[in-house]
Amino acid sequence: MAVLIYTQNYDGKFKKSVFELVTYGKSVADMLGTDVVAVTTGNIDDNTAKELGKYGASKIVKITNSELNDFSAQAYASAIEQVAKNTDAEVIVFGNNPHGRAIAPRLSVKLTAGFVAGAVALPSSTSPFTVRKRVYSGKAFADVLIKTDKKIISLNQNSYKTEENPVDAGVEEFTAEIPANAYAVKPVEVIKSGGKLSVTDAEILVSGGRGLKGPENWGMIEEMAEILGAGTSCSRPVSDLGWRPHSEHVGQTGKVVAPNLYIAVGISGAIQHLAGVNGSKVMVCINTDPDAPFFEAADYGIIGDAFEVVPKLNEAFKKFKAEN
Amino acid sequence: MKALICIGHVPDTTSKIKFTDNDTKFDTTDIKYIIGPYEELALTRLLDLRDAGNEMHITTVTVGLQDTEPTIRKALAMGADDAVRVNAEPLDDYYVAKQIAEVFKNGDYDFIVTGKESIDHNGSRLDGMIAEFLDLPSISGASKFDIDNGKIKAEQEIEGGTLVLDVSGKFVISAGKGFCPEPEPRIPNMRGIMTARKKPLQVTEPAEAEALTETVKYHLPEPKPACKMIDPENPEELVKLLHEEAKVI
Repeated sequence: MAVLIYTQNYDGKFKKSVFELVTYGKSVADMLGTDVVAVTTGNIDDNTAKELGKYGASKIVKITNSELNDFSAQAYASAIEQVAKNTDAEVIVFGNNPHGRAIAPRLSVKLTAGFVAGAVALPSSTSPFTVRKRVYSGKAFADVLIKTDKKIISLNQNSYKTEENPVDAGVEEFTAEIPANAYAVKPVEVIKSGGKLSVTDAEILVSGGRGLKGPENWGMIEEMAEILGAGTSCSRPVSDLGWRPHSEHVGQTGKVVAPNLYIAVGISGAIQHLAGVNGSKVMVCINTDPDAPFFEAADYGIIGDAFEVVPKLNEAFKKFKAEN
Repeated sequence: MKALICIGHVPDTTSKIKFTDNDTKFDTTDIKYIIGPYEELALTRLLDLRDAGNEMHITTVTVGLQDTEPTIRKALAMGADDAVRVNAEPLDDYYVAKQIAEVFKNGDYDFIVTGKESIDHNGSRLDGMIAEFLDLPSISGASKFDIDNGKIKAEQEIEGGTLVLDVSGKFVISAGKGFCPEPEPRIPNMRGIMTARKKPLQVTEPAEAEALTETVKYHLPEPKPACKMIDPENPEELVKLLHEEAKVI
């Protein structure tokens, strides 16, 4: 028996969210009295793979097939299914991110394993096996019972804190059998989004809305992001108007984010926007309109003109960063 | 080309969410239902492509009881050609995916479109599950969907970038941001609504399947304490609170 974690690496490196998954998996394994096995693919050296041992993975299975250099949900699901069978995995954990969303549902059907997508906490019990997840766009939570012997969970990013739990991890190589039809849809090109911090990875997001009046006024937003080491994001009208790229749109039909700190400048806080950001730990709203709905959801608020408040706030952040 | 598009019947985004029966059931009192926002984007894109001269027959599929029919008629009024309703309570994603896979098998569709995520249970599993039941490729969270001389072009977001895909044969695709590049809402007009009443809505009985999961209890989040207001002349106060009280910087 084991808890199996899909640990995606990006060009041979792990992101912090992967350590969250392994920490989470370790806690689930402790509840079940079993071990954590991590599975990864591609070109990753053994020392980097062993970093997962720091968070409690006792074995790392490296799938070596070169086909997997091209992403295919069918190929990945099939390879992970083989590892799940070899390790007799009872629980399989994914991140609730693009790979997890593509692979986990297929695996659920392959293994007839009940799947909870977007879990926010450890199982409240393992017998019966019940996990809490976010529903109704963050307006509620649901405790979901998984009725099958094998279970799949995808964990929301930033909902479980990393914790070191060092074990000596062994690395094993594995060559999977890839089904012949796995590349009927085949990636022909990868467009990298560049070095910019993506909105889902950022721990702090500085977000601008229509209140900023035009794309030429984003300098102060970018400055704040730079001072805080934050990412930048925006509301839907801003990306629809082409002031900022679609990749920055957070909200119901954009990206759903859960940073530690979300600073909204000139965003009124329509319910569709809040649905995408209400998982944030702390929210700040800066708006001229005291009746902006965002103030209802925010933890801290400043009523004022962004063009006056933000430059002053940037000075204050700069001073704070210089002293701390 | 024949498209099968999944249309979800979900509470309007602005609905106040409440539960009944000791927090085990969603309270449907006063709830207005809409087409899932991602599915509406997906349908809009298919209609845009058809309007641009691509030959396409659009069938909607919904797993739900009779109360979902107004939502299905709205999709028909927007411009879908016909509809299938599988007459069953949507127990969980696995169960729903199985039903949709059966509908696909019983028709001669070329591809299936779903939304990236449902806004009620915030699942994002249908596309992959349907595809696995049918042993077809799946494109999750597509950020582009186009037809060029009868050839399908699609892109898929992954972390850190976008995959440009070569698509051939049958497939399942879920619509993410960018799927519909210029989402002009299609508000059905009177003529659309009148014709929608006459479009075929076929009701089928569900295939044998089981649910693998079950919601046992709902919780509302803890109410947030009131927003602390800070004097705009004193932004240092905010910095101090974020550092000392919230501990996020």
